[in-house]
Amino acid sequence: MDQFTINLLFVGASFALYIGIAIWARAGSTSEFYAAGQGVHPVTNGMATAADWMSAASFISMAGLIAFTGYDNSSFLMGWTGGYVLLALLLAPYLRKFGKFTVSEFIGDRFYSPTARMVAVICLIVASTTYVIGQMTGVGVAFGRFLEVSNTTGLLIGACVVFAYAVFGGMKGVTYTQVAQYCVLITAYTIPAVFISLQLTGNPIPGLGLFGDHAASGEPLLAKLDQVVRDLGFAEYTAHHTDTLNMVLFTLSLMIGTAGLPHVIMRFFTVPKVSDARWSAGWTLVFIALLYITAPAVGAMARLNITEMMWPNGEAVSVETIENDADYNWMKTWEKTGLLAWEDKNGDGLIQYYNDKNPEMAATAEANGWTGNELTKFNRDILVLANPEIANLPGWVIGLVAAGGLAAALSTAAGLLLAISSAVSHDLIKGQLNPNISEKGELLSARIAMAVAIAVATYLGLNPPGFAAQTVALAFGLAAASIFPALMMGIFSTRVNNKGAVAGMLAGLLVTLLYIFLHKGWFFIPGTNSFTDAEPLLGTIKSTSFGAIGAAINFAVAFFVSSRTEELPEDVRELVESVRVPRGAGAAQSGH
Amino acid sequence: MSDTSQVTSTSESDKTYWKANLRIIGWSLVIWALVSFGFGILLRPLLAGISVGGTDLGFWFAQQGSILVFLVLIFNYAFVMNRLDRQHGVEE
Repeated sequence: MDQFTINLLFVGASFALYIGIAIWARAGSTSEFYAAGQGVHPVTNGMATAADWMSAASFISMAGLIAFTGYDNSSFLMGWTGGYVLLALLLAPYLRKFGKFTVSEFIGDRFYSPTARMVAVICLIVASTTYVIGQMTGVGVAFGRFLEVSNTTGLLIGACVVFAYAVFGGMKGVTYTQVAQYCVLITAYTIPAVFISLQLTGNPIPGLGLFGDHAASGEPLLAKLDQVVRDLGFAEYTAHHTDTLNMVLFTLSLMIGTAGLPHVIMRFFTVPKVSDARWSAGWTLVFIALLYITAPAVGAMARLNITEMMWPNGEAVSVETIENDADYNWMKTWEKTGLLAWEDKNGDGLIQYYNDKNPEMAATAEANGWTGNELTKFNRDILVLANPEIANLPGWVIGLVAAGGLAAALSTAAGLLLAISSAVSHDLIKGQLNPNISEKGELLSARIAMAVAIAVATYLGLNPPGFAAQTVALAFGLAAASIFPALMMGIFSTRVNNKGAVAGMLAGLLVTLLYIFLHKGWFFIPGTNSFTDAEPLLGTIKSTSFGAIGAAINFAVAFFVSSRTEELPEDVRELVESVRVPRGAGAAQSGH
Repeated sequence: MSDTSQVTSTSESDKTYWKANLRIIGWSLVIWALVSFGFGILLRPLLAGISVGGTDLGFWFAQQGSILVFLVLIFNYAFVMNRLDRQHGVEE
């Protein structure tokens, strides 16, 4: 059986499973559509939240970004896990006690203002839509590869599948489907990593192999990797060579953003009790950590494999070998997606892969007649998917990884589309425009909102503002700057009032959005940017790191405006006191 | 909402409960920041002397250690708070 058939088989079988579960657990009422009647156990909920959370960014993109940058991209690892500490300690139990379905309902009630609720809905839609763009980028890469078509065609097919899938069921269908997706994605991520770790270090646990010895040379793996990349003029893998301030702010933005993303927070409304919300956050992180402890090993080992593959026995690989040797088949298959390219610039029949931007390499290049790096394109997002092929693993592992990557992208895209559709139908239409809308009308408007969101995301996904994980990082910045501060102040402050919260959210969102658009183009349209992340507007702060500053602006504006305006009304003060103690939490209710 | 506002009168017990909660959150966040921003990034040069598998302790904290500490922090918080709920009689 050829690889194409195996991929189709694995992807087809996993899809049949998800759709089967979605039909079996189809949402009946609106309450089930949003929050699954709250009958979900913390461990089940944790697993589903982990699947919901770990998207194309974590599965497909992150290890590739770490592989080609090394230590400096540890921000993704710390940021996307550290946010759960904030979520567990500062938000989840209190929002569960509050007992409504959506984040914006809390903000609307706590800040006793329909305007605050509307602003929250807008923040939520902006952050979620940006997030879906990142997912679509990953979907394009995955579908492009496994259907062996161009990236663009892959993306368009992927968009149709995501839409069909998300429309099928609400949260209940999604919860159990996501448990299945978690199992598929974690198996798909771990198995190739175990194989590769065994090949390189002899240790079956990739997370330990990373800090173990390289079997072939006997040196520590990371020391070997440092030396191999240094010889080609690249920055040492374990060294810290980018700006420290930017790294701190980037990590912080990802952390705060994690705790401010509506589709993750919504998950904590679906557990039976406040104490379960606390456990649930822990279980979620356990399931996430299983992938995140493996990811840096995947990155480092893939980098070593790729580098050695381009320089077998210290000699540059020949074009002939790439064309004919079965070990290099992956390069030809990925070339078809347009995401990998090489070019024999100096016509010596060899492909020299080195860092031609490093001035220290100029002399070596001159002496050997190299005229630039000849591995001209290596899209970071293909690394994880190509990894089993690079390591020459059996065909079924490759098929499994394709299924896992799609599971990751699909589960998150579905969760986000649900958050967007509930914001539009529940908060915007039912909450504001037409409170008397029928349940049927509400479900219909939810589905229309999904369709619009996915169309926008697909259009922008064709020319994404960055690799999947970078685009997703922008979404986190937006969530960090707008939603998180409002939620936190809503619980921990009895001083911040309606005017403060609205002004804070608007200031945080708009300043962050402006900073992002200035660097990534207005509405992410390529070519409309005034600055680049290589030379940012403010010192060394990249657009992906600005969320933390946006959050600080949000807090500052909210406290300043509140201090100049009236005190909280008594009933709102009581609401704040009541969310602080678990006693008396009932099941979540559909408000308004 | 009328029945909930009745049960949630701000008694002294509720106030001490909230203060205890804030204290636990405070300590947890200090550790949270120390392992990630501290050991993982800012204090990494200071830890450079401690080697771990071909690199240094700071690299380990940045790529694995901090995640493990985060897990301990969340489970510890859940355990301590669920006990505190019972001590103050505010559990569900």
